[in-house]
Amino acid sequence: MRKRVGIPLALGAYEYLPLWQTFFEELGAEVLVSQATTKEILDRGIEDTVSDACVPIKVFQGHVAELADKVDFLFIPRLVNVIDNKVFCPKFLGLPEMVKFTMSGLPQIIDVRVDLRQGRLRFLQQCHRISRLFTDKVGTFLRAMRRSLQQLRRFRRLLAQGLTFWEARRRLGRRQTRFTHRRSAEEAADHQLRIAVLGYPYAVYDPYINANLLKKVRRQEATVLTADMLSWRRLLPYSGGLRKDMFWTFSDRALRAGYYYLAKGLVDGVIHVTAFGCGPDSMVDKLLDLASLQHSTPYMTLMIDEHTGDAGVMTRVEAFCDMVRRRKEAG
Amino acid sequence: MARIGFAYMGTVPIVVKMLLEDLGHAVIVPEVPTAKTLSLGTKYAPEFACMPLKIVLGTYIEVLERGADTIVTTGGVGPCRAGQYAQIQEAILRELGYDFEMIVLEPPRCNILDFLGKIRRLNAARKSWLGVYRDIMKAWHKLKALDEVERLSHWVRPRELRRGTTTSVYRRCLEWLDRARTIEEIDAARERALSALRRVPIDESRDPLKVGIVGEIYVVVEPTANHNIEENLGHMGVQVERSIFMTGWTKENTVRDAEGMSHGEMIKRVASPYLPEMIGGHGQDSIGNTILYAKRGFDGVIQLAPFSCIPEIVARSILPRVSEDYDIPVLTFFLDEHSGEAGMITRLEAFVDLLERRRGARRGSLKAV
Repeated sequence: MRKRVGIPLALGAYEYLPLWQTFFEELGAEVLVSQATTKEILDRGIEDTVSDACVPIKVFQGHVAELADKVDFLFIPRLVNVIDNKVFCPKFLGLPEMVKFTMSGLPQIIDVRVDLRQGRLRFLQQCHRISRLFTDKVGTFLRAMRRSLQQLRRFRRLLAQGLTFWEARRRLGRRQTRFTHRRSAEEAADHQLRIAVLGYPYAVYDPYINANLLKKVRRQEATVLTADMLSWRRLLPYSGGLRKDMFWTFSDRALRAGYYYLAKGLVDGVIHVTAFGCGPDSMVDKLLDLASLQHSTPYMTLMIDEHTGDAGVMTRVEAFCDMVRRRKEAG
Repeated sequence: MARIGFAYMGTVPIVVKMLLEDLGHAVIVPEVPTAKTLSLGTKYAPEFACMPLKIVLGTYIEVLERGADTIVTTGGVGPCRAGQYAQIQEAILRELGYDFEMIVLEPPRCNILDFLGKIRRLNAARKSWLGVYRDIMKAWHKLKALDEVERLSHWVRPRELRRGTTTSVYRRCLEWLDRARTIEEIDAARERALSALRRVPIDESRDPLKVGIVGEIYVVVEPTANHNIEENLGHMGVQVERSIFMTGWTKENTVRDAEGMSHGEMIKRVASPYLPEMIGGHGQDSIGNTILYAKRGFDGVIQLAPFSCIPEIVARSILPRVSEDYDIPVLTFFLDEHSGEAGMITRLEAFVDLLERRRGARRGSLKAV
């Protein structure tokens, strides 16, 4: 019987799901990705998580609970570093333990430590160790590595074309992913508003915890631009003149994306999605606010938590987009 | 010559003041932070910045109002966000219209030239490098003396016969040490302070409960941030041991490994089954220190953390399991501008009650055997 691996669709999965899923599938495992967040999943997560944690952690633990009795392994990697000297937010660094020591009845956890500062060879060794849970064949392992990285690159190309996580994922499922068009910033139609929705992928793309924000913005005849539609190479020069970059991978990217869109004049408004009680965002939010002010671009912070309601978000998005549109028409 | 201000934290201002004066500056010594300081900081800081940022920001505003034109602070490299605070605070203060220079001392191992350059800029008296080095060593000497005196006060307070004696003697001790300006004077002031504390009338037969304090450094060290938790516990008859001292110097550090491991290494080793990763701030230390306190037979542990501090939230998630495995009660306080002293005291009293009953039950069962 094939071994089943569960991947919670939360936190890092919004960045790396195609890579992880392909990797385990190529190794011959059956991969079970949890479904999109629901009220039940969040409620389940709240039960196990310390109350002071941010809502994405609670969502994550809910997804873990959802998968726990359906799989043989749970994939909960420890993301430490993937780019430059940036590290992930401390919750990623302690994620396997947070889950292990607050929940019971869990299957075996695969918790590879991803720290590319130690070199690619070391990373490859760690992946190889995981692969041995499923197959002894080195060839299969290497093919899995190659194909999963390929898949990640395809996924990122799709994002760069202006697709969201969900659209890109759907398209990856099909065979040919050649060229698609989705209104990227430069080619948005004139009557369309261009709104940057910045924040961490697991806050921007989880339609349950942000009350379907992206859809709501698009319904206002607006093109949505997110941080992960921009490659690291493009973002690199846009540090906003800070003496010190943000230490954390996603925070740094959200901030740079803000500076990029603002400096290039590509957006009419900026929405920052942030979770209640998020430590790093206390700074990202302030800096984005200051930057938007400098470029006299409207800016809105949308704070999400366990109680985020559909109607409240709707009202704020409508009001914000109306205001942006009036400003744009006034020229 | 600059008029320098800096942040307030525990007994550190006494030392920084001496050092900067030795280097030839006029020093605007920050006042003990008050509720007003905190609300000043809260007003201008981002809502979810942690309480240490808010208190420090409030202190900066106070010293700038009193005429400081330079602020000295430390940096950091993460993943704790305190390393970012200098730049965000500078941005906020400039937005408020203050004109000043901010000197941020980053850890020397990051960029030694940058570090030395800043030291040189701070050296207004144009002393030789050796002279500066001597001044720094003298400051360190004073810091050690301060820690030693404070540590003794934690031992004396729960045993004092008349409540409050220790605290008033300790205040005088700080004044003596503040006035001491040479190595000899510091040594004399330390001796005087220690013997004054030893002369506080105590009840030697008392065997107070022992509680360890772990958590994030600022709220552990600064009484304004933690509502005088050490003093309050002392008055409840509890002997407190703090896991963090500015000098990291621990005289009563009796658990030493056979291989002579340092305290820091030991914390990492015992914490690693629960948290093998350095997650920034003092998250891993909170877990390691709790285990070490349990091994040394402490009655309980209190974790102090600023609200929204992620490293401590991670630690807090794991601590219940540690508490279970090592059979030691752990109480956590997340502190912010809304937490009040009365609420904390109620929770502390309940915790102390629990510890007393546990101790009673244990000793009772021992006698029965």
